[in-house]
Amino acid sequence: MAALIAFQDVCKYYRMGDGTVTAADHISFAITRGEFTAIVGSSGSGKSTCMNIIGCLDVPSAGTYRLNGRDVGQMNRNQLAEIRNELLGFIFQQYNLLPKLNLLENVEVPLMYAGVPRGERRERARAALEQLGLGDKWRHKPMELSGGQQQRVSIARALVGKPSVILADEPTGALDSRTGREVLAILQDLHAQGHTVVLITHDNTIAVQAQRIIRLEDGRVVYDGPASAPEAVVTPRAAGLPGGGGV
Amino acid sequence: MSIAESLALALKNIVSSKVRTLLTMLGIIIGVAAVIVIVGLGNGLENYVAGSFSSMGANTLTVTVMPRGATRTLETEDMYAIVAEHPEELALCSPTVSLAGGVKIGAGTTSTSAAGVSEDYSSIYHSLVSQGRDLQYSDIATRAKVCVVGAYVNQAYFGGNAVGQTLRVGGQALTIVGVLEQQESPMEEGGSDDCLYLPYSTAARLGGSRVSSYVVTMVDEARLEQSKQVLESALSGFFGSDDYYTIISMSELLDAMTGTISLLVGVLAGIAAISLVVGGIGIMNIMLVSVTERTREIGVRKSLGAKERSIMAQFVMEAAVTSALGGVIGIGLGYLLSAVAATVAARLMGEALTVSPGLFAVLAAFGISAGIGVLFGYLPATKAARLNPIDALHYD
Ligand SMILES: Nc1ncnc2c1ncn2[C@@H]1O[C@H](COP(=O)(O)OP(=O)(O)OP(=O)(O)O)[C@@H](O)[C@H]1O
Ligand SMILES: [Mg+2]
Repeated sequence: MAALIAFQDVCKYYRMGDGTVTAADHISFAITRGEFTAIVGSSGSGKSTCMNIIGCLDVPSAGTYRLNGRDVGQMNRNQLAEIRNELLGFIFQQYNLLPKLNLLENVEVPLMYAGVPRGERRERARAALEQLGLGDKWRHKPMELSGGQQQRVSIARALVGKPSVILADEPTGALDSRTGREVLAILQDLHAQGHTVVLITHDNTIAVQAQRIIRLEDGRVVYDGPASAPEAVVTPRAAGLPGGGGV
Repeated sequence: MSIAESLALALKNIVSSKVRTLLTMLGIIIGVAAVIVIVGLGNGLENYVAGSFSSMGANTLTVTVMPRGATRTLETEDMYAIVAEHPEELALCSPTVSLAGGVKIGAGTTSTSAAGVSEDYSSIYHSLVSQGRDLQYSDIATRAKVCVVGAYVNQAYFGGNAVGQTLRVGGQALTIVGVLEQQESPMEEGGSDDCLYLPYSTAARLGGSRVSSYVVTMVDEARLEQSKQVLESALSGFFGSDDYYTIISMSELLDAMTGTISLLVGVLAGIAAISLVVGGIGIMNIMLVSVTERTREIGVRKSLGAKERSIMAQFVMEAAVTSALGGVIGIGLGYLLSAVAATVAARLMGEALTVSPGLFAVLAAFGISAGIGVLFGYLPATKAARLNPIDALHYD
């Protein structure tokens, strides 16, 4: 089976004043359907750059990125928006729920942009909230919920469009450790149900919950393998230092 | 995303910040209300003028003679002869001598308008005598010291028993021989029932001047041009020049008056419309602020699959709905102010002035305000649509 996410020598350069910053330096990897991958690395290693490209919010400066076999680098902004809507479900550190909409309406947003008719939209959003254990709270506004609950709503929103990839950017970053573990458990559940999950984090203890780890350092892949391997959490350069790339 | 969807989204946002929306709409509200009031007053004034003119007789021509420098003088007999020579175009004729200086009834002076006329005036102006008798040819021939009065004079000064009583015009005592039928209701001081007619011969002697003004009726109102031409050539033949008289038709005068009113209303409405533009700029201003405030929302929507045109539609729709809503409120306010203006006008002019902006003005006000919203919402919407989703997502 062809890879769902295929990075081939992906580079990303940013212009900074006179020089250029290389945020991604010939990154190559392939993620197949159903995998649970964590992309880890210390601050400035290029995680967000990778996640923006995987999430079709940005395109590579060089190299190719194929999502489900389609070359994302060749797409215009409109096509990228369509791809995000169809194939991707985002989970953000800050939840990013729309404060004026109630939970149901928040979960409906991706379906609205997909052109799903109103009745079906309500039903599917209702079901997604139900699945995350928030079915009875659908009338509430995001501000009336705890952080963990808000993150569950954002997971419901990510799932409702039946995306191919669930992309979680530091999903536990704003939560206490217990709630963080709950959210992580949900992601593991989703993986168990067959979803492809890509988790971006700087925290090794979270990364090891995944099935596979891709470790970045200065925009390069320094480790790509099972999360259970001892080298997964220790970077070659930081070997011997406590904590490696994170807490 | 469908139009209905964007509309629902826009309404949701508008409802969630009522005070701001109201402030945003203020310019549009004031502009639309001003246009409605001005157009309404203008229409009312036009109708009022047209109404007053038609009661004066739309089929009449007014001839004014300016004898200074002319070699011949036009006697009333000459004018009667001219009219009699053209029965196919001209029907009746009455000299008119207006007398300034007021009418004395008992000890007081009234604002009653007094005019010297021939016995034909009642046919010309379609007024009938309700009590006593009309002026007669013999009154004119003998310069009789008699008059007929309007219904208001009869009611207000003589308690309904004016016939046989006397009043004084220009120091001359006149006996009232008849009372005219009521023309309008309610009757008011200075209105068309507050009038007095005496023989033109008597009036000319009182005023000490020759008759210099005539009213001539046309056989057919539709043949205005031809009738006027006939009178024109007869008079220029008489004087040997066209420098000594003017002929004005009532309908021309009416056209000129309503034309002037329309122009004035147009200019004033144009000035009021400028405030609509200012209102539009106000909307643009608030929308630009709103786009900045909602940068994160825009980023989230884009990450969830909103295309540029969906974001664009959302913001343009919001501006258009805000503006159109302002337009509706402005129309309501305009009607309210029009009603107030009508009441005030009724007090001041002693006339019922209907202030009616009309359906067209209302629809135009609504359409224009929605259009202004689209126009001035376009720039902020473009700004929102062009936002880079990554930057927008991380905006605080
Ligand atoms: N928009 C940008 N303009 C210029 N340089 C950028 C931009 N975005 C990222 N960079 C640079 O690219 C490199 C990688 O940044 P990136 O945000 O991908 O790191 P990260 O791993 O997400 O770090 P963090 O854990 O702090 O979020 C950094 O050196 C950063 O300064
Ligand atoms: Mg980052």
